[in-house]
Amino acid sequence: MANGWFGKKRLPGAEVQEAPPSIPDGLWTQCGKCREVLFAREWERNLKVCTKCGHHFRLTAPERIAMLLDEESFVEIDGDLTSANPLNFPGYDDKIRRHGAASGLKDAVVSGHGTLDGYALSVAVTDAHFMRGAMGSVVGERISRAVELATQRRTPVLLISGSGGGARMEEGLLSLMQMAKTSASIARHHDAGLMTIILLTDPSLAGIMASWGSLGDVLLAEPGAQIGFVGERVSQQAHLGKVPQGFQSSEFQLTHGQIDQVVHRKDLRDTLTLLLEFAGAPGVA
Amino acid sequence: MTASIEEFERAIAELETQIERVRKLTRDQGLDRSDEIAKLEELKSDLLRKRYGKPTGWDKTQIARNPKRPFTLDFVRLMFSDFTELHGDRLTGEDGAMVGGIARLNDQWITLVGHQKGRDASERHHRNFGYARPEGYRKALRLMRLSEKFKRPIICFIDTPGADCSVTSEEHGISESIARNIHEMFRLRVPIIVVITGEGGSGGALGIGIGDRVLMLEHSIYSVIAPEGCAAIVWRDAKRGSEAAEVLGLTPHQAKRFGIVDEIVKEPLGGAQRDYDAAAKSLKDALVRNLAELHQIQTEELLRSRYDRFRSLGVFHAGS
Repeated sequence: MANGWFGKKRLPGAEVQEAPPSIPDGLWTQCGKCREVLFAREWERNLKVCTKCGHHFRLTAPERIAMLLDEESFVEIDGDLTSANPLNFPGYDDKIRRHGAASGLKDAVVSGHGTLDGYALSVAVTDAHFMRGAMGSVVGERISRAVELATQRRTPVLLISGSGGGARMEEGLLSLMQMAKTSASIARHHDAGLMTIILLTDPSLAGIMASWGSLGDVLLAEPGAQIGFVGERVSQQAHLGKVPQGFQSSEFQLTHGQIDQVVHRKDLRDTLTLLLEFAGAPGVA
Repeated sequence: MTASIEEFERAIAELETQIERVRKLTRDQGLDRSDEIAKLEELKSDLLRKRYGKPTGWDKTQIARNPKRPFTLDFVRLMFSDFTELHGDRLTGEDGAMVGGIARLNDQWITLVGHQKGRDASERHHRNFGYARPEGYRKALRLMRLSEKFKRPIICFIDTPGADCSVTSEEHGISESIARNIHEMFRLRVPIIVVITGEGGSGGALGIGIGDRVLMLEHSIYSVIAPEGCAAIVWRDAKRGSEAAEVLGLTPHQAKRFGIVDEIVKEPLGGAQRDYDAAAKSLKDALVRNLAELHQIQTEELLRSRYDRFRSLGVFHAGS
């Protein structure tokens, strides 16, 4: 099942962060965690999970969608939405341009609808390669619209977080309000008796976790992801002192009852299929 | 350069001491110094009017954080009657940084929840400096549901630097507790009025921040991140908080411009900390008026408007 999940096109972004420049482009990559040099083809076949230590590399949103949804089933919606600079925040326009160029994304989210093992669903994925996946107006709007589309079509919605930036500071309070907006849409979806599944990947922090990232019927996480309320830097500033080992990891959150399951990337599709089946999600005939 | 609010307040305090000295002379020696007193009082009002007339974002931040400002329980004492505090989240604990209970606003029963800061060292510790924990947010939700059951409106007072980010709070699900409250507040079938009385610190504020009306006191702030934190990220220098405060759009005026806040409640000259009674009266009038309006609205319409109100927030470009 693993083969072919990534589709044909090579997607920019994922390697940018973790592959050191000393290794010849394309053929080899290095694990950011155990430093093992990996044969790229094998590593990709392994869904970008280190073949030695099991470290789950970050994926781009398009990679994630290609991996999870049925081939050619994904239809992107609201791809025309782009960030404004409502507060004239210094450097924000430039930042959007730079991150857009480097990631090939318009903003930190890709959303649309498709099928997973034949089950129709809405999906939105935030991408840490664009401003750490921080949520501004575009991210909030696209997530709300994806949820609303699911409510309207009476399908489940799958929201996947790769957001380490929380609410996007550069849009001030408007970003904070995206937490309210996305939560409101999910509340309606729940009230309609429909399923919301949250998948937390590395990193998932702050405003995301204090809103839609915590509001699934079921919360899944990939192994070793950083998941928590505030990032490490803020924790240090807040003088928390020594934090326990593995603080804010997927496994930490599982131990403390905050998520339902830690799922290896290779098992994700199967787990999601079971949940969709349980919810009685209508398939596309 | 204009003096900071703190420097300014120190100068005003000296002036006040001087006025008090002259008053004492009048009392003790029977001398009529009323002209002098009137002059000094006028000078003081003049200075206050000037300094508080056009405050910057950073000024507002300082005023909103002034430890002499009225806190939630001060407003409760001055605005409500028969306040009966209710404690605990019925799950794991009791959080002093969040208070709540039932009370009467004029003759109408309401439920109130709000952040609570402390005045002296021991109370500050007990109130965790206003950083509410999961137990606080869950207590707030429990009380809001109680209110819904008996069809009483809910009033939320926001005054927090942010939610508690300790290891224990993380273990107890601080994120989930805030997310759950936001989610549930969209479903509560009674009117909700939210008031930011001091510091509206990010997610910690939003955790009791969903309502049919959102009001801000004139010298309060509402921000996605503390200005110092923003400065630390943007310029790698937390000391440049004053600059960050100007770009974050954290003033009531800015929040209103984007439709995030519906009404700015006037404070007495020189801020609520100068005159608790006047501040409470001003806020009480606003609450009574807004509640009366909300009572006219059918429940289904109320919930729809609440959804639409927050759903419409955001600024972006559409079209290629």
